[in-house]
Amino acid sequence: MRYLAPASVGEAVSALAAEPGLSRILAGGTDLLVQMKTGLAEPDLIVDIKKISDLTEIRCDGSGFRIGAAVCGAQLAEHGELASAWPGVVESVNLIGSTQIQGRATPAGNLCNASPAADSVPALIAAAAVATVAGTGGTREVAVEDFVTSPGRSVLENGEIVVSLNLPARPENASDAYERFIPRTEMDIAVVGVGVSVETDSDGRITAARVGLGAVAPTPLLVEDAGRALVGTKLDDEALEKCAAAAMEACSPINDKRGTIDFRIKVAGALAKRVAARAYRRARGEQ
Amino acid sequence: MNKIDDISGTEYKYVGSRPVRPDGLDKVTGKAQFGADLYAPGMLFAKILRSPHAHARILSIDTGKAEALDGVKAVLTSTDLQPGEGADDLEDDMDHVLENVMARGKALYDGHAVAAVAATSASIARKALKLIDVEYEVLPHVTDIEKAIAPDAPVIREDMYTQDMDPKPDKPSNIARRMEIGHGDIEAGFEKADFIFERRFRTEAAHQGYIEPHACLADYRSDGHAEIWCCTQGHFMVRSACAALLGMELSKLRVTASEIGGGFGGKTTVFIEPVALALSRKCGRPVKLVMDRDEVFRASGPTPSSVVDVKIGANKDGVITAGFAELWFQGGAFPGSVIDLGTMCAFACYDLENVKAIGWDVVVNRPKSAAYRAPGAPMAAFAVESGLDDLAERIGIDPVDFRLKNAAEEGSTAAFGPKFRRIGLKETLEAAKASDHYNSPLGPNQGRGIACGFWFNFGGTTSASIKIELDGTAMVTVGTPDIGGSRASMCLMAAETLGIPYENVRCVIADTSLLPYSATTEGSRTTHSSGMATVYASENAIKVMCGRAAKIWGIPEDAVDWKDGHARPSGANAGEFEPMSLADIAKKAHETGGAIAGHCEFEAGKVGQSFGTHIADAEIDPETGFTKIVRYTVIQDAGRAIHPSYVEGQYQGGAVQGIGWALNEEYIYGEDGRLQNAGFLDYRMPVCSDVPMIETEIVEVPNAGHPFGVRGVGETPIVPPLGAIGNALSHAIGTRMDTIPMSPPRVLEAVSGG
Repeated sequence: MRYLAPASVGEAVSALAAEPGLSRILAGGTDLLVQMKTGLAEPDLIVDIKKISDLTEIRCDGSGFRIGAAVCGAQLAEHGELASAWPGVVESVNLIGSTQIQGRATPAGNLCNASPAADSVPALIAAAAVATVAGTGGTREVAVEDFVTSPGRSVLENGEIVVSLNLPARPENASDAYERFIPRTEMDIAVVGVGVSVETDSDGRITAARVGLGAVAPTPLLVEDAGRALVGTKLDDEALEKCAAAAMEACSPINDKRGTIDFRIKVAGALAKRVAARAYRRARGEQ
Repeated sequence: MNKIDDISGTEYKYVGSRPVRPDGLDKVTGKAQFGADLYAPGMLFAKILRSPHAHARILSIDTGKAEALDGVKAVLTSTDLQPGEGADDLEDDMDHVLENVMARGKALYDGHAVAAVAATSASIARKALKLIDVEYEVLPHVTDIEKAIAPDAPVIREDMYTQDMDPKPDKPSNIARRMEIGHGDIEAGFEKADFIFERRFRTEAAHQGYIEPHACLADYRSDGHAEIWCCTQGHFMVRSACAALLGMELSKLRVTASEIGGGFGGKTTVFIEPVALALSRKCGRPVKLVMDRDEVFRASGPTPSSVVDVKIGANKDGVITAGFAELWFQGGAFPGSVIDLGTMCAFACYDLENVKAIGWDVVVNRPKSAAYRAPGAPMAAFAVESGLDDLAERIGIDPVDFRLKNAAEEGSTAAFGPKFRRIGLKETLEAAKASDHYNSPLGPNQGRGIACGFWFNFGGTTSASIKIELDGTAMVTVGTPDIGGSRASMCLMAAETLGIPYENVRCVIADTSLLPYSATTEGSRTTHSSGMATVYASENAIKVMCGRAAKIWGIPEDAVDWKDGHARPSGANAGEFEPMSLADIAKKAHETGGAIAGHCEFEAGKVGQSFGTHIADAEIDPETGFTKIVRYTVIQDAGRAIHPSYVEGQYQGGAVQGIGWALNEEYIYGEDGRLQNAGFLDYRMPVCSDVPMIETEIVEVPNAGHPFGVRGVGETPIVPPLGAIGNALSHAIGTRMDTIPMSPPRVLEAVSGG
């Protein structure tokens, strides 16, 4: 097993493309090291991206936020502008693991791990986040909802890495929220995860909404019907019920050790209502 | 000295105080040495190859390629161990222990050890495991009790015929044994009942969840002597088991117990120690063997899963007229689940005229179960306490009053036979009734549950010694590993007996070569048994010191008394000489006859049973089935709390483990018979934020059999939680909950009326 810590994206991409064996990218390592310890992954090459300075920063300009792929969850929480513009994304990243884990784990890594239950992904989907992917042939942009293709698999080709996650700038009267269901209070994995982002006019009428769902299908989902159910309303009960119904309709979970099909669908509906209400309250400045 | 017949109300100077724990600093600074912390020159690293099948015949094992790998020093299979003899002191059947530590002919569960490797690094050992070719013939498996006892179940042990049946069965089955206890006439009792409760309850297997995985370092020397360092609740037990399985003389094996990161009963047997020792014998080098967490779940000893049918009748005055329970426990693929203890505990809290309990010991394709804190009792209590709750509601009597009306007391005949001596169950119920918790209002979606619990508490063979140092301090050695603060308790009892400050007494756990035999730390026996041995050893040291004072004063030995840490002339000589302190006598030891010490080796009896009453408030989220325990109180009879903070810690720890078991912890097997949640992510123990501060109340009804009145306290607190939380949830939901764990999907289903 070889370990490389390149100083540039170009070097990282070349090394990955040239590796004939199994290669893995090391950012926070909170998935990779566990997989290696349990024998699930035995990579021939590990490329540590934390020495690439460009990937360790959060940048903010008029068009929005660019979160480097090696930025950990705790850094998101400490970034005042990001935390006030996208509180739902920031809270989703900082539900992962413990305080110690949050000082290592990165949202980009959470996306690349391609788990259907990843906490940050439904929030990123609701936020219309886009991943910038670099390869030997240059860079491309992938919407987060299109990134994961099946459990553990993504659109990344051999030799490609995610270099940043990009969030749009926020208008007035807009906010987001994320909640998950776990059988405990922390240190757990989502049985259902829901992210909701809303924009409203000055009167409180919702002008745009996106709903992301996790752990209820083979990949995290963008549920367009659930978002549409909220648009044009002031989040009355009927809108919430329609949103919940659309979220439940989108679920295609399995029975497994973490929950039954019926349970996950019911909880997805309940959470969709709660999270939409929270995002709306935040957009109205009530929370 | 204390008069043991009347010690209630006695005031003590050190017993009952709360000094800082002596092992605390080392533990929080990382200096304490646990099972995996020892390194030896030339040490090898061992790994175990485990069966991926729940049930399979092992047709062949080819270790050639692994042995040829550079860095591999020894490869072991079952042929390197032998049927044990000479371990008569152990409760476990050594043939089963042998079969469990390394599969012989058949792999009996997912994770069953099949071979082991010792190599110069852990990564080489891991690589070597992949080079071992095992040819399996996969057999039909069964991991569920109800399926295992069905007529068409695959029979796991072709030679197992249910014991204690009349007539004897004519074909083998998965039921190892039947047992029955009770008295009176239950049919007549049910005739007299105005209300009858009858239901089936199920509990899934739970793991003790100790944070420290099993770990050991074994070193077999060329002269046939060997040493083992390991985390265990009983190093004398490890010595007996390993010597038997390796065909060694006991005296040639020295076992040292490391600091221990939790045991809760799960470290009262051997899993890896004989394997490490046999590997070391093969290659002549020290071998370290440490389980990974998934191995701990797959292949150590969880508590049995259970099915319990219960039927209880009561009249409209609130008197229980009959109680009946039939219990099935699976102990994994080996006979010997704790069905006896569970069956005996079912109705132990109640004074019943007519009672009967039948137990069935079932085998399935799961790991061999081990003790877990009050083994067997929580499952039985869950069923009985749920039944009592339902009956109280139907009769229209307060659930505490209902229990008080039927509670066992001094002179009650237990369902399992003996008459109770003085016990404190009623006192805990009275305390519950008077508590702030019981009289506080409930919020929306909340329910309150009450349950009682009982544990026998053990005695057994015990040794202790105490030496008086020249500087006037004392060093106690006991042979029972400290899993719950026993060293501090030993020091307190020695300080009280000797009359010197707590700070002047230290306590260490002696290895098997330094002290006579001591039984394992289990059955809540240590503060009772090693505590008594420490007191008697201290009294023997006092006799020596009185003799030394007599010599100095030139008076007869029997004319010297010991009081408040001083030898004092008595009788005709009273006042003739200045009393001599322990330090004065210690200083002169070398001039008056040599070093001063006392020791005690005895069979501890006169145990005092401990009863408890718990109050649980649970709140449900009716949309998700999430349960929050909003308030929880443990009230238990400790006899006498030697170190009240440790006693409270035991109460809180038992309650928290019970909360985890009640709500989320469970062994989940797939259709393929493999364990699906061999890790702390999906085996959900509570984290700190999952539980409220557990409130405690120590009731003290002294055990007249112990010099200070001690009753063991460690196990009783895990007995009531399943019932208390089940009752709380049943009230919050309005439906009787009968399956553990009461996880969110089950609660939501119950809320939805499913």
